[in-house]
Amino acid sequence: MVAPRTPARTPLIEAKHLSTSFPSADGSTLRVLDDVNVTLYEGEVVALLGKSGSGKSTLLRTLAGLIGPTDGEVRYRGVPLDGANPGAAMVFQSFALMPWLTVQENVELGLRAAGVHENQRRRRALAAIDQIGLDGFENAYPRELSGGMRQRVGFARALVLQPDVLMMDEPFSALDVLTSENLRGELISLWAQPDFPTKCICIVTHDIEEAVLLADRVLVLGSNPGHIKAEVPILLPRPRDRRSPTFETAVDRLYAILTGRDERSAAERAATPGPLTHPLPEASVGGLAGLVEIVYSHDGQTDLPDLADELSFHVDDLLPLVDAARMLGLLDVEGAQAFLTEAGRAWYTADILHSKEVFATLAVERAPLVGTIVKALQNSADGALRDDFFRDLLRRGYSAEDAEKQLDIAIDWGRYGELFDYDAITGELVLSEVAAAFTVMLSASDPETDEL
Amino acid sequence: MPSPRSFTNQDVSLRTRGHIVSDVVAVVAVAVVFWLFVELSQGLAEPLDQVSAPAEVSTDPVNLPYYAARSLLRMFAALAISTLFAFVYATAAARLRRAEKILLPALDVLQSVPVLGFLSITLPVWLLLFPGTALGLEFAAVFAIFTSQAWNMTFSFYQSLITQPRDLDEAARLLRLTRWQRFWKLDVPNGTIPLVWNGMMSFGGGWFFLIASEVVSVNNRAYALPGIGSYVAAASRNEEVGRLLLAIGVMVVMVLGVNFVFWRPLTAWAERFRAGDTVTVDQQRSIVLDVLRRSTIPALVARGLRPLGAGLERATRPFGRADRPLRVNRSRRRAGDIVFAVIVCALIAAGLIRMLMFIGDHAGLDEFVVAAGLGVITFARVLVLLVIGTLIWVPIGVWIGLSPRVTRFAQPVVQVLASFPANFLFPFATLVLIRTGVDLNVGGIFLMALGAQWYILFNVIAGAAAIPNDLREAALSLRLNRVQTWRYLYGPAIFASWVTGGITAAGGAWNASIVAEVVSYGDRTLTANGLGAYIAGSTAAGDFAKTLVGVIVMSVFVVALNRLFWRRLYGYAERRLSLS
Repeated sequence: MVAPRTPARTPLIEAKHLSTSFPSADGSTLRVLDDVNVTLYEGEVVALLGKSGSGKSTLLRTLAGLIGPTDGEVRYRGVPLDGANPGAAMVFQSFALMPWLTVQENVELGLRAAGVHENQRRRRALAAIDQIGLDGFENAYPRELSGGMRQRVGFARALVLQPDVLMMDEPFSALDVLTSENLRGELISLWAQPDFPTKCICIVTHDIEEAVLLADRVLVLGSNPGHIKAEVPILLPRPRDRRSPTFETAVDRLYAILTGRDERSAAERAATPGPLTHPLPEASVGGLAGLVEIVYSHDGQTDLPDLADELSFHVDDLLPLVDAARMLGLLDVEGAQAFLTEAGRAWYTADILHSKEVFATLAVERAPLVGTIVKALQNSADGALRDDFFRDLLRRGYSAEDAEKQLDIAIDWGRYGELFDYDAITGELVLSEVAAAFTVMLSASDPETDEL
Repeated sequence: MPSPRSFTNQDVSLRTRGHIVSDVVAVVAVAVVFWLFVELSQGLAEPLDQVSAPAEVSTDPVNLPYYAARSLLRMFAALAISTLFAFVYATAAARLRRAEKILLPALDVLQSVPVLGFLSITLPVWLLLFPGTALGLEFAAVFAIFTSQAWNMTFSFYQSLITQPRDLDEAARLLRLTRWQRFWKLDVPNGTIPLVWNGMMSFGGGWFFLIASEVVSVNNRAYALPGIGSYVAAASRNEEVGRLLLAIGVMVVMVLGVNFVFWRPLTAWAERFRAGDTVTVDQQRSIVLDVLRRSTIPALVARGLRPLGAGLERATRPFGRADRPLRVNRSRRRAGDIVFAVIVCALIAAGLIRMLMFIGDHAGLDEFVVAAGLGVITFARVLVLLVIGTLIWVPIGVWIGLSPRVTRFAQPVVQVLASFPANFLFPFATLVLIRTGVDLNVGGIFLMALGAQWYILFNVIAGAAAIPNDLREAALSLRLNRVQTWRYLYGPAIFASWVTGGITAAGGAWNASIVAEVVSYGDRTLTANGLGAYIAGSTAAGDFAKTLVGVIVMSVFVVALNRLFWRRLYGYAERRLSLS
């Protein structure tokens, strides 16, 4: 049990009106964070929860003084940051250990930077190594350790500096379920110690249960551009039990917020859905089919966190699939419940040719980018366009990498629906009916084209 | 670059992606710097004759170990300077935004300037800096080797700096490392593996220039430094075939020895800097390193040096932390950029005008036309060499590379051939040319090919060995015939390797033309028409304006070909034919 700490809430890190933009692929700017206000107080654990692309990592790095905001400012104990935050230490998803230094050298590195004398440095490092359960591994190199042990080194390296704020960027998501559960438990018991020097923990996560398990306060981030969508206090007593009904209520509530309507995101504000405001969720047709099949076999209705649990997924691993299914109108979602729609049922139960037709209709109507591509191809003289045309359009709203992803998803969906063909070598998109007619014409005149 | 999948010292030319304007500016800038060197040594021709170095060294075999040791010392001196240069130049290019705009295109041009061109241009300055001793010659020789190693090592270190894992960079900043600590705890370890492999590759290429720079003819006089290269030159002049063979034997031993006691342990040791947890299958092993690891000497040395390290860490603290400010004043930055660009361009333009005036006064601007014409002839030789080299070595390389057994046997041989300086064989080749009466205008191709062709072979072997087995099995099961297999599998699969080998061979051939278009054995001297002979001749005659013209024209040829031909092929191979 952790007693609530000092009632007077001393702010440690304050961020006011943060906006962050990065240059997009075509030279204009891409807004990642939009007018975000966050304050981290002494004595609390704060979780930043959001889907991928909600800018939660960018927010954490801005609070850590690693990224400069385009507008607004971050203060640490009242002093504006212009460089790495002196009161923060970070635990990384990828561990970020220097592979060429031993465990002890890695842990000592921050003390070394602070100019701590050699003897004291060693003493403190060994104490931190002991505290986090790494004794015996002092002289091992990170590559000799398992993921869980490596993240322990990450924790020791951060905690040895006795930072005011411990920042964690999805610290457990690269670990297997048991290991991460174990480390989470140890983190909670460290936090519960009265002499624990760190005054605040800020964790970025896309895992709803993790947020409920650890945090006193959850900030839910919405995407496009990133903003704070809701602030949810978690008042459950510790230690928290995943199976308790209050825990499940909190999870369902966060789930509903995470997937619910969001009047601040560009998608909701736009009058008509377009490829730039409504990005295609990262889901393959095969994945969609799998999801719909499962929901169908649950009699057309399922609780998504339960479903995730059943499949030993994190509930958020399902999110892109669920989003895609909603976009296409295959599923309806209310709160944490998913329902199979008529269209979804029709798609799943149809034979293969018919199901492709159903999918094609849905994709053209409801997936903005697919619809745009089909329309553009129909309006072109010969039913064919270069992929660069769409790439350039997408780059007005996405980074180069994301633009590429969007195009890949659209091509995957379009190919499955036999809406258009794509030739990767020439980079040409061709309407399927045009391509089919062309092939027929060719094979009529030259029987040998079969070989191709 | 985990292991030598490609053998090249031309990474800069293949992989940099600059704008054509910056390339042109960089060419002019480098030319202006060369002119400054020439200008420095103008009118001071008198002290040149005071350099106290003999024109020739003794060919008594007793001296050979000493000479070999001197040569080796020069090689390692150049390697040390190259490493230092790579650290400083690459760090500046990666960390200073404005400097990068100049340093990177400049690196590309410097890579393309023939190494012996550097020697011809800077030699008088070195001699003048150390009048009355042979020290100037020593520096000139070391500098020539340096210019054959530094650019590629610098580029590899620069690449490792800008591709540093983002999380490690963030960790270093949040841990508040000082600049010095960051450099030694993150930058250098992260760049060690590519730097070591590149250093090894460049070191192998450096022998050629060591041999070429130990005997130099400048201002109508020849100077020789005690070394294995000058020994060969003297033996060739005295027509002592036995001693030539002896020197070749010593050279082979030296190449193998350096490999055994230095590069192999070093590459094996560098494995500890590999990031990630993948343990490579073919781990580098070294007996020397195993012995060293078992002894207590390294630990003793480390303990002895620790106070020094701690002292340096304290002493460098005032240089500040390795962090960057979060806020930049954009308008001020842009204004600064403009001022910077204007000043740089103005300086270069002024230099260009002065340089052209200088050349106009001393040689006449029409020398550019003469040199360009000769350049076309030399280019024709390079072209023939590439075509013949490709026809011969690509099939052989593929055959070797496809058979693991042959590869295992051929790889060490390849390593030695990669390092063995071809100009050691020039006396024999010259002898053959004299005996058979073949014109050097044709025979020069053969001489240039002696060193250059191997790069095609090495790279094709590496490329063929990397073809996945399942693709070969697929080709077999599809019953592709020989032509189809080459057309659909081998050709595309080795194309990138061939490009890498081709540009390296071409670079080597341009370099070699300076020593291959004028050769002598005994008192017979053969001369070919070409840009290489033009540069060598004007240097020997002390006509530095012409040397400058020749070097500039050759650099322009190489830069233009790299840009218009090789880089495009390489880009195509990377985009379309990548196996991964």
